[in-house]
Amino acid sequence: MSTFDTIPQTKKEIFTEILLRLADDRLILGHRLSEWAGHGPELEEDLALANIALDMIGHSSALYEYAAKLDNKPDEDHYAYFRDDIDFKNIALVELPKGDFAFTIARQFLFSSFSYFLYKDLTDTIDDEEFNGMLQKHFKEIKYHLRHSREWVLRLGDGTEESRRRIQHAFDELWMYTGEMFEMDKTFELATENRFYTDVLKWQIDWKEFINTTLEEATLIVPDYDQYMFTGARAGRHTEYLGFLLSQMQFLRRSYPDAEWK
Amino acid sequence: MSNPAEQNTEWPLWEVFFQPSNGKPFEHAGSVHAPDSEMALQNARDTYARRNEGIAIWVVPSDQITASSPEDRGPFFDPANDKAYRHPQFYSVPRAVKKRK
Repeated sequence: MSTFDTIPQTKKEIFTEILLRLADDRLILGHRLSEWAGHGPELEEDLALANIALDMIGHSSALYEYAAKLDNKPDEDHYAYFRDDIDFKNIALVELPKGDFAFTIARQFLFSSFSYFLYKDLTDTIDDEEFNGMLQKHFKEIKYHLRHSREWVLRLGDGTEESRRRIQHAFDELWMYTGEMFEMDKTFELATENRFYTDVLKWQIDWKEFINTTLEEATLIVPDYDQYMFTGARAGRHTEYLGFLLSQMQFLRRSYPDAEWK
Repeated sequence: MSNPAEQNTEWPLWEVFFQPSNGKPFEHAGSVHAPDSEMALQNARDTYARRNEGIAIWVVPSDQITASSPEDRGPFFDPANDKAYRHPQFYSVPRAVKKRK
């Protein structure tokens, strides 16, 4: 499907759109995490962030590969490297610059907790065997990503004055980007009817409860859920940051389209 | 009183042990830095368990390990050299037992 408010029509188009939305979220956040490689606060944490980045890029690669099969595209690279920013369907949360370590952790915690509830539900809902198998495999890794980021939220929140200030600031900054995770637009509704997606609003309250409990345990203030929420990224209206990210991520593949790993 | 300038700002060190499979003894894999035991487990997983190395992990604060010193080597280990009967190969297996194989 192309950009902006185009709504997929056939079942195949709807399914492809869902695969791409999930994949784009994971590729872009994986890329943001990969920017920590060599810059982590400790050697061990450098490895941990790089591992999570690799997991997420791996998840996107599997989803793209399946989409390419349905959509008659040559391969997963077509989606990762040969689309422009308006064609990316990820939410804005994942494209924001990596910020400091607290920002990276707060974002990972918000995204991984959402992914946790989403994948738990999807693995019970999706009829398509190949898609479901993929989700089950990735779900195990998501559980670890959530555990890693949650432990850090607790330690930064309940740590030193500086760590607390930084992680609180990170959550305050990120909050208006959490709304897009729970947006059910026409495409998601159609996909839910066809059992390619699920109604995420069903468990939004559980997600909030989980977030509240963790932030309170970390002695942090839970920001206001009813504040202004950013919207539009899924339909191609991204923040200015995505273009810069893509230019770095895509330039080699686009400059040398026939290059191969030797 | 310790001099703040000399205080160690690194996280404490932890020794990491992996159990390769059920029933097998834990083996030393290496060490990691971490602020506490839970994070030490996570770091151990990220540093040493990336290639499906085991089924369980132990982490132990390195300063909790008491080690023998190089001078102990003689008194600790040399006496075993002339006690061949401490090795199972010293004993021959009776024919009746061998047959059952």
